[in-house]
Amino acid sequence: MTVETRQGQGSGQNLWRESRARNVRERLVRVVLRACAYVSILTTFGIVFVLFGEAFTFFQDVSIVRFLTETQWTAGFATTPEDGEFGIIVLAWATIFSTIIACVVALPIGLGAAIYLSEYASAGLRRWLKPALEILAGVPTIVYGFFALTFVTPFLQGTILPGIQIYNILSASLVMGVMIIPTVASVSEDAIYAVPRGLREGAYALGATKREVATKVVVPAAISGIVASFVLGISRAVGETMIMAVAAGALAQLTVNPLESMQTMTAYIVQVTSGESPRGSLEYETIFAVGATLFVMTLLLNTIAYWFVRRFREVY
Amino acid sequence: MANPRRTKEEQKVTEAPQNRRDTKKGTGGASSDDAGASAFGMRIENLSAHYGSFKAVTDVSMDIRANKVTALIGPSGCGKSTYIRCLNRMHEVIPGARAEGRVRLGDQDIYARDMDPVRIRRRIGMVFQKPNPFSKSIYENVAWGARINGYKGDMDELVEHSLKQAALWEEVKDKLKKSGYDLSGGQQQRLCIARTLAVEPEVILMDEPASALDPVSTQKIEDTMDQLKQSYTVVIVTHNMQQAARISDYTGFFYIENMGDPGRLWEFDETEKMFSNPDRKETEDYVTGRFG
Repeated sequence: MTVETRQGQGSGQNLWRESRARNVRERLVRVVLRACAYVSILTTFGIVFVLFGEAFTFFQDVSIVRFLTETQWTAGFATTPEDGEFGIIVLAWATIFSTIIACVVALPIGLGAAIYLSEYASAGLRRWLKPALEILAGVPTIVYGFFALTFVTPFLQGTILPGIQIYNILSASLVMGVMIIPTVASVSEDAIYAVPRGLREGAYALGATKREVATKVVVPAAISGIVASFVLGISRAVGETMIMAVAAGALAQLTVNPLESMQTMTAYIVQVTSGESPRGSLEYETIFAVGATLFVMTLLLNTIAYWFVRRFREVY
Repeated sequence: MANPRRTKEEQKVTEAPQNRRDTKKGTGGASSDDAGASAFGMRIENLSAHYGSFKAVTDVSMDIRANKVTALIGPSGCGKSTYIRCLNRMHEVIPGARAEGRVRLGDQDIYARDMDPVRIRRRIGMVFQKPNPFSKSIYENVAWGARINGYKGDMDELVEHSLKQAALWEEVKDKLKKSGYDLSGGQQQRLCIARTLAVEPEVILMDEPASALDPVSTQKIEDTMDQLKQSYTVVIVTHNMQQAARISDYTGFFYIENMGDPGRLWEFDETEKMFSNPDRKETEDYVTGRFG
């Protein structure tokens, strides 16, 4: 049989003709996938628009200079913009302070766990330890908050820090650090594990010890992923709400004493939104200014991380 | 070349490391034949290698002569790479892998109970099939191994010397601060050779070092090899029979008779004999290209 006769069959159609139905399907898939990609981006833009729109209203009452330079936060007591103080530094400092404490806990332990899992643990141990760690990352943060308030604080009070207050930034931040460990460990473990075996063998063949291979060859090779995990951890700490709202209290004060209560930006937003501030009131307006500040902070952090990861990305 | 970084423990591996370099300098590679296997070659006795319950190589005995190039050839999957990795205890780095038998460097069994694999690898270096430079600068790639081994001399000099030995210096001398990954594949492989040389091992093992490279890079690495045997004992696994014939003094042919059996050393002799008049039929079939 020749090609001609085959073409003649099949209801006289040209076999090489494009299939219209197929083209439609292809195009449809493309459109759906594109829509998925745009939904998150457009939503983000929408949020930013609302956030900054409302914040702009607030800054017409309270100047941005006051917002950045005042050293007290008394928005809850203010009925007019003049009789309150709106120093964001109070809330921002609480956020930064708690993040620092949490990072002191989470970054070294998370990285250590990642190195152990990837380089030292046997394959069998790694197989169940890593999922276990990742499950830990799924514990709701409210549980951590209760843990801080009902266990860690009383424990510290009864043992080494009798002067600690019921609501304090220290327990909340320590527990937040513990919460972040799985994130840091899991993401950096992925990066460390992805370093090709050939690189390790090259180091072993030069007479490197296991420790030298792990710390001087493998970790530097995975540094961009490790930094990404750190930033992810820091971002979670900056944005963490429930632990802070539950265990750190609601006292907006500027202090460096971790045994006292402090109010982070997120905890403040929780307090206002769960209270009875009517829409349009001054206190209601403040949360958009605080939210916008939080947004700018995390955006900055992510931008730095993005730059860093690209700058130090390793090609193996 | 007195070497201050050798410690007592290392001296156990090679009985007279200080004299060794001097001897070599005096005699070059030429007279190493009469030095025999007792000098700084290697003697392998009844070596078998396993991956878990799978036996990959069985019962290999071989004398590797000092200051000679020994090539290991044979069809894929016959255990050449596994075998060469046993010679500096790299095999056991893979989880579940182990080796049995005796491997002597000088008169020390590197598989003896009190032998530290880390120190053995400092004396028996290795270059791998795929170039694997570190994610460090070209300079650091070469300096790193020497530094972790406690090298106290002039590092710039060592780096330059090693890169020259590996025939890479002219191409990289103006960009030592650049990443090792900025080099081409062939250059990366020569960087890995330079890094191995900087540790000043006794023996250099090469596992198909040119298999992923273009002919020009391969040529450069082969030229390097000829220089290297002046100061080192070289063992090279290669798939390329012409390469084995060109560069080696001795050749070992690995072969698996039946599917599923472990690989064996089928024949081992001087390269000239192996390629002109081998004793066994399979060797002849392989070197003449009838299979493999």
